[in-house]
Amino acid sequence: MSIEETYLEVGSAGAVEKQFYTYAEPPGEMILESGASLGPITIAYETWGELSAKRDNAVLVAHAFSGDSHAAGFYPDEPKDAKPGWWDSMIGPGKGLDTDKYFVICANILGGCMGTTGPSSINPKTGAPYGLDFPMMTVGDIIESQKILLDHLGISSLHTVTGGSVGGMQVLEWCVRYPEMVRSAIPIATTMRHSALAIAFNEVARQAIMVDPKWNRGNYYDSEKPDLGLSVARMIGHVTYLSDEAMRRKFGRKLQNKANFSYGFDVDFMVESYLRYQGSQFVKRFDANSVLYITKAADYFDLVNREPPAKSIQDILAMPIKFLVISYTSDWLYPTYQAKELIQALKRADLDVSFCEIEADCGHDAFLIPDKRLGTLIGGFLDGVPRN
Amino acid sequence: MVFPETEEMRFDLQVIASWIDPGSRVLDLGCGNGELLAWLTVHKKVSGVGIELDEEKAAFCIANGLSVLQGDFNDEVDDYPDKRFDYVILSQTLQQVYEPARLLYSLSRIGRRFIVSFPNFSHFSIRLQLLLKGMAPKSKELPYNWYDTPNIRVITLKDFKNFARDVGYRIVEETAIKTDHHANYGRVVKSLSNFRATYGIFMIEKEA
Repeated sequence: MSIEETYLEVGSAGAVEKQFYTYAEPPGEMILESGASLGPITIAYETWGELSAKRDNAVLVAHAFSGDSHAAGFYPDEPKDAKPGWWDSMIGPGKGLDTDKYFVICANILGGCMGTTGPSSINPKTGAPYGLDFPMMTVGDIIESQKILLDHLGISSLHTVTGGSVGGMQVLEWCVRYPEMVRSAIPIATTMRHSALAIAFNEVARQAIMVDPKWNRGNYYDSEKPDLGLSVARMIGHVTYLSDEAMRRKFGRKLQNKANFSYGFDVDFMVESYLRYQGSQFVKRFDANSVLYITKAADYFDLVNREPPAKSIQDILAMPIKFLVISYTSDWLYPTYQAKELIQALKRADLDVSFCEIEADCGHDAFLIPDKRLGTLIGGFLDGVPRN
Repeated sequence: MVFPETEEMRFDLQVIASWIDPGSRVLDLGCGNGELLAWLTVHKKVSGVGIELDEEKAAFCIANGLSVLQGDFNDEVDDYPDKRFDYVILSQTLQQVYEPARLLYSLSRIGRRFIVSFPNFSHFSIRLQLLLKGMAPKSKELPYNWYDTPNIRVITLKDFKNFARDVGYRIVEETAIKTDHHANYGRVVKSLSNFRATYGIFMIEKEA
């Protein structure tokens, strides 16, 4: 793969503004899957392209665990050299999700901290941030909140719903909850349920946050934040997003700005420096409690074993949804065998499914790295999805 | 969507395509760049699925609107329910399959009918090479040496017919053809086919 071969030649999605929609004002709170009620709920979202007169060109992008609604383009008030949205290589005129053809929507997930209601939002009952009083939400609750946003936008049918990682879980949950609204679905680098390995990494990340004394049982919003714990949590996360090959290629055993070992516990290896940097950047933008809630929601997610009447993967029997499942060869968080399990379930449910395992050495995060193959694959696939 | 014309397709695929009923459900194993599937989709309105091992080819098919799974068809066929397809097609690959009997049984399970085509190892030029040179034969259809060939199964039209009879597969269509390797032209061989045909194509139904 060559990063030079990106979409630099094609246009940017351009300037975009974060928008907000608030619903579930008390006493009409939303009842969550756990039975708890939550309201009011604000959803932060961004859109690119134009909704067609027939309202048949909407594309929903679901972001990964630490993503946000800013999937492409740039905010007008940003400095010129600011990084564009997290999937800027995929969303824009002429790109895989072509904004000349599609009306692309991306919303920050429930429980997040980038504008949508989450544990750092103000609890109207106390006037202070929720902290651990925020009710545990599920991937299903995230989808219900997105459904309400689409109702508000007047969209009753999606040309596709796509996303990677936890975004891929949302794609699958959409198909299970609202199969009649989805014409195609592109789950990327994802799974029907977490393996013990994935849960284990999430648990270590949560423990890293909770053992930080500044976490204070989630009540830290008017004092110092548990930055150390959150930063360690992010370091662990980053290891799972990379791969042995990628780390060997990127860092190997290279030392950071020194010729010899320090024989101490400062940064010696380049990989140590990289992880510390990633951790320190993450605490600037992310809320520790949101990490706890979202990782737990991902761990609870299970599309196979569900107590009826909750619907599982086999309940979307023979619906006219075109699936395109994508996995990456070096993804060890959600390895290809998990994509194959999903495909097996979709085949048994008599669904139209395509699958591509993209060769890439950059691990789980490969779907975020600009790669012409993914854009061509998705763009062409979407052209073949009937509009009605 | 690619729109191939009939005369552009490999000759054995043209024969196979002529056997497919319009509107049927088709599985193409080792579908390559999807030329047969695309043709059947456009001209016969089939609902088609392909399986292809190669990432680039599978991605090409998907980006052209075909439903294709990247994977090994020996494994992928196991996941389908019984009689999921009207036709399962295995063109010019049987000679490379490690467990042909097991694979063909799976095809008869998931398809109402299955179609196989393969190079005929009893073509007179092959027989002559073995007879006169005393060496493992090579041909345009089977161009490899014994030590690097992917074609691990030596099949003749007669062998296949005997096999079909023995395991209870009814041959509902059969055509022997003389065509050059990967050529889009050729002709049907009517007499002495086991001797004169370079490829055989069979459509099979499992006897109840």
